[in-house]
Amino acid sequence: MSGHDHDGHDHDPHHDHRAAKPWQAVRTEALESILNELGVLSSSRVDEIVAYYEDKIGQKSGARVVARAWTDPAFKARLLADGLSACAELGLGGPETEYLHVVENTPTLHNIVVCTLCSCYPWTILGLPPAWYKSSAYRSRAVREPRKVLAEMGLSLGDDVTIQVWDSVSEIRYLVLPERPAGTESLTEAELADIVTRDAMIGVARVQV
Amino acid sequence: MNGIHDMGGLHGFGPVAVEPNEPVFHARWEGRVYAITQVMDTTGLYNLDEHRHEIELMDAAAYLTDGYYGRWLFAMERILNRKGVVRRAEVDQRIAQSADGEVAPVDPADRGWPLPDERRIPWGAWRKDVEVAPKFAVGDRVRVRNHQPAGHTRLTHYVRDKVGTVTVVNAQAWVYPDTRAHNAGENLQPVYNVAFTSEEVWGDAAEPNTVVRVDLSEDYLDLEAAVA
Repeated sequence: MSGHDHDGHDHDPHHDHRAAKPWQAVRTEALESILNELGVLSSSRVDEIVAYYEDKIGQKSGARVVARAWTDPAFKARLLADGLSACAELGLGGPETEYLHVVENTPTLHNIVVCTLCSCYPWTILGLPPAWYKSSAYRSRAVREPRKVLAEMGLSLGDDVTIQVWDSVSEIRYLVLPERPAGTESLTEAELADIVTRDAMIGVARVQV
Repeated sequence: MNGIHDMGGLHGFGPVAVEPNEPVFHARWEGRVYAITQVMDTTGLYNLDEHRHEIELMDAAAYLTDGYYGRWLFAMERILNRKGVVRRAEVDQRIAQSADGEVAPVDPADRGWPLPDERRIPWGAWRKDVEVAPKFAVGDRVRVRNHQPAGHTRLTHYVRDKVGTVTVVNAQAWVYPDTRAHNAGENLQPVYNVAFTSEEVWGDAAEPNTVVRVDLSEDYLDLEAAVA
């Protein structure tokens, strides 16, 4: 953020211009201590959740799903029919993913995911979204000029490839099933999972060998 | 509401800046705000759409500068204050006292906590024990209502009054965000995925061979032409 000017914004009457801490840090600390004191939450539970998202949840979960779909056609069929129950087979599930649609890329159809209203994202499958996914630039442009955005991010698609932009403004979350790259026939499921990236599962990149 | 949060199609935000090797949280407070909100989801104090609407009510300039989790913090503080769980003055006082090194405990009396069970609000959106009968079928042409409420909506502005094709019928009982955000009823209904051609939505600015697919509550839609 750009500094200390919060005109028109009713936060932080005690802002100290000498303090290094941003207002968000100061107010969060105070609010958490009061909530903890009142028994609305316990700070140890907050610690656990932070650690869970920092260490346990992330794109590796989604990569396992994709690698399984690439190597097990019956799993892929279940995944495309009902994303969440197929993911549950791999022990995945949790908050902010009530329903999951998995959308498959082909040589002629490319899917990308955005949420123009906030930044909805399948947390339990991909971890928390990167800053660019939450940025004003991505949210405003991905629906209007996806080809240009993708090209700027390093993925140039010909006009013969249909682009489908999924604006996930409801409670249905989306995961892109990328194309399996050529030359990966001999890789094991675990090796395949290692090459699948978060960006490919949002639809802004291809999986590269 | 028509606010800065409804960003689809806006101009002027420049290129998408990608940060290599980005941490999960960029500062300790971000992780705290995220996790505290996760706990709030389970308390029954407020629901997902109240949280979203409170963010929409931010000053537009602050929305753009306070950061993603800064918006969450703003919303949480405002809701907790309004519901008398933690008052804004108490947070201000705690900050001042922390600076002075002498923190007085808050008085737990006379506040909206603990919350009686009968006043608990479910956070999520899918009511699995309820069935709904969809009005529209895959292939139907639907026109999005020109719906412009001052309150909360999940109807993105750029598809208002546009015609698209129903491609997926999510025939589960989903809460209607526009009323739930104001605790004015769940109005359970299906959610449809509707495909719009880029030309329909963006007119002369459309990119070739591009489709925008948007999830929309049944109440946002009118039948234009039933599937043959």
